Amino acid sequence: MMSYVAHDETELIPPLEVEEEELYHPKTFIGKYIWCQDAKVIAIQYTITAMGVGLLALVLSGIMRLQLGFPNSFSFITPGAYLQFVTMHGMIMVVYLLTAIFLGGFGNYLIPLMVGARDMVFPYANMLSYWIYLAAVLLLVASLFVPGGSTGAGWTLYPPQAIVEGTPGAGLGIILMLLSLMLFIIGFTMGGLNYVVTVLQARTRGMTLMRLPLTIWGILMATILALLAFPALFVSAVMMLLDATLGTSFFMPAISVAGEMLDYQGGSPVLFQHLFWFFGHPEVYIVALPAFGIVSDLIAVNARKNIFGYRMMVWAILIIGGLSFVVWAHHMYVSGMNPYFGFFFATTTLIIAIPTALKVYNWVLTLWRGNIRFTVPMLFAIGFLVTFVNGGLTGLFLGNVPVDVPLSDTMFVVAHFHMVMAVAPIMVVFGGLYHWYPKVTGRMLDPTLGKIHFWVTFIGSYSIYFPMHYLGILGVPRRYYSIENISFIPESAHTLNVQITIAALIVGVVQLVFVYNLIRSYFKGEPAGPNPWEATTLEWQTADTPPRHGNFGPELPIVYRWAYDYSVPGAVLDYIPQNQPPDSLPARETDDNPQAPPS
Amino acid sequence: MADTMVGSNLSAVRPGLATVVEDWSSDQRAFKNVTWGKAMMWIFLVSDTFIFGSFLIAYMTVRMSTTVPWPNPSEVFALTLFGKELPLILIAIMTFVLISSSGTMALAVNYGYRKKRITTFLLLMMTALLGATFVGMQAFEWTKLIVEEGVRPWGNPMGAAQFGATFFMITGFHGTHVSIGVIFLVIVAIKVIRGDLDSEKPGFMTGRKGRYEIVETMGLYWHFVDLVWVFIFAFFYLW
Ligand code: HEM
Ligand SMILES: [Cu+2]
Repeated sequence: MMSYVAHDETELIPPLEVEEEELYHPKTFIGKYIWCQDAKVIAIQYTITAMGVGLLALVLSGIMRLQLGFPNSFSFITPGAYLQFVTMHGMIMVVYLLTAIFLGGFGNYLIPLMVGARDMVFPYANMLSYWIYLAAVLLLVASLFVPGGSTGAGWTLYPPQAIVEGTPGAGLGIILMLLSLMLFIIGFTMGGLNYVVTVLQARTRGMTLMRLPLTIWGILMATILALLAFPALFVSAVMMLLDATLGTSFFMPAISVAGEMLDYQGGSPVLFQHLFWFFGHPEVYIVALPAFGIVSDLIAVNARKNIFGYRMMVWAILIIGGLSFVVWAHHMYVSGMNPYFGFFFATTTLIIAIPTALKVYNWVLTLWRGNIRFTVPMLFAIGFLVTFVNGGLTGLFLGNVPVDVPLSDTMFVVAHFHMVMAVAPIMVVFGGLYHWYPKVTGRMLDPTLGKIHFWVTFIGSYSIYFPMHYLGILGVPRRYYSIENISFIPESAHTLNVQITIAALIVGVVQLVFVYNLIRSYFKGEPAGPNPWEATTLEWQTADTPPRHGNFGPELPIVYRWAYDYSVPGAVLDYIPQNQPPDSLPARETDDNPQAPPS
Repeated sequence: MADTMVGSNLSAVRPGLATVVEDWSSDQRAFKNVTWGKAMMWIFLVSDTFIFGSFLIAYMTVRMSTTVPWPNPSEVFALTLFGKELPLILIAIMTFVLISSSGTMALAVNYGYRKKRITTFLLLMMTALLGATFVGMQAFEWTKLIVEEGVRPWGNPMGAAQFGATFFMITGFHGTHVSIGVIFLVIVAIKVIRGDLDSEKPGFMTGRKGRYEIVETMGLYWHFVDLVWVFIFAFFYLW
């Protein structure tokens, strides 16, 4: 008798449980290409929009770096404008770029294809999700142009300063920002419900949860986190909106501004911080978990090995997701909350390090003695590992109250979170785009340009953020327009700032190479074929590349094995697609299985 | 096979748990016999619970941390009927109306699955009517508070300013839920009476067949809105 392991191939496939549903076939041009309900098209719409605002956020970061490196050389960067740039940069990067591209972009494209479904379960709501997201982005961009400009409260939007006179954008700017966030959440919810239900309820025959590629596990858990965390942000946005417009005092204590008492009394600014971080910390994992998932698959495919400890990886994702709801106040050690809270939250924070470290070990063990192909996606995956470990280690510093207190609000924090949740997930976004672009367009991205893109981005990011730790330890504060004439800051800090700025500008410019590569390869790239990376998962086994509306041929694929059958001893090829039947079963004629080896 | 053996071993001990494990380790669906629409509504309601939960926790926080006394609910919400001051009478009627609408909703689901077109339609419309009555009474209550008692979101004559702020925000948010529910109840009722669900006619911009199951999905939402009201009622009127 065999003992049960996850990757056992099965010959016994249960019968179809639900009749297939008819897809919506639009007849008009607008119905087909604009109000399109095909998840793959929605994914592309999400990705392009997110990359568009992402470029805006990148430009803003370049402008900030110019000010920090060469203070007083640019007259249009006023202290107020600097704060506005910090805020917009942070908010766009975290919410409108990373969340949207991982869940709306990768989620929409990969979930139906990887679980073997024809589309998301409710394509109409899925379509609305994108259009509401677009409206949220437009509102956000509009806030740049209203009188007073966009808000300069920092991406954390802390009251009271977010809505009192004197903060840039305290009038219309913050109102538009809050409205935009509320729209984003509504739009996301429509998509997010689809992602969860599709994974749980619309898998193809033979696709058990423990056969899902880790990409799907990461996206699923991140979506669940988002569905439970965004409500807190929604509620705090509503309350702050009322404080700003109707003069309620949810978050506003009695306060005097420029010598004048305002009409507020009795509200609690710390309440906002609790609500915000109840959203804010899971948000970190909303961008990290999909990255964890995708990187696992990139590493397994390119090391030609099964992922090490698949089950452990799944459980680690679930445990990290659960724990991420009980650590939020580690962002509030200096907020004046009860110090006993600090003890509790420091403990839970350090516990999260265990499943996270476990994942890192498993990635490294997957690489170990693998038959590694240094493709561009693989380079980015390894880049992720390095930056993520680096940022994770500084996280251990900041998780401890006594170490965090002096480092709080310094450049050390900026260095830490850029390493762990900015550079690392962005590396995976790039890796994922290089990996799946051939499926989306049918053409390969140029690998030479890709390697230039990778090395400059990787080395460049390191030269930006590594020195920043030292600045932080010296006490250079974050969100500061200028650190000139502060006596305790040595001359070397200024030199370092120049170096960081130069690196940042180079990294910024090299992203144009990537954009050029995306556009050029669409027309001139090498034809990719159905499965250029020789991967096992279902999206590479479709009859057409790019897959058509409905994803698969007349019959849905049947899954016989897990997603990581690479280099199986005795097999003809060094990979066995998930839908390839065991040797004892003849291949079905209807299988979309272009590379099935002759058996 | 080994895994089925594990399953049967477990079921000897704890049948409920064993079937859950079996369902979750199976293919295609984690919740057997739960349709996509129902699963989606359930998950949405969990998310919505977090919204109302955050609202209520915020309310409790400001109420406990304010230094100004909180207005006495039995006086603020009292209504003078027939020359007598009756505490909480309006709210008692509103609660009765909303809970009754849950009853008609449950009946509608039942008659829907029996494909009783006309009865289902009538019950759905009755539910919508009760819901609309509830919203109407809420409007009356708001008007009374604003006009007669001078309660405003930013302050009131009786005590802590956060009283009006939290009250209007949370009951307003709940009222919006009820109103949206009423609109969708009417839409579902129209589909029922037109016979779209009997003929399995696809709805707006979808290829999917119309089914009586949407009555139940609608019911889930409606019962949820009712349940939330019970909490709001307890926290605002009885605390
Ligand atoms: C080349 C890439 C990037 C550069 C040069 C850059 C630079 C900066 C700078 C200069 C600041 C302001 C520091 C301060 O004065 O406090 C900042 C803040 C921030 N960045 Fe980036 N950044 C980059 C990429 C990203 C990415 C990909 C993310 C995505 C998560 C991100 C998230 C943030 C956040 C959340 C803040 C904090 C905003 C705040 O303090 O309110 N950044 N970045
Ligand atoms: Cu955190």
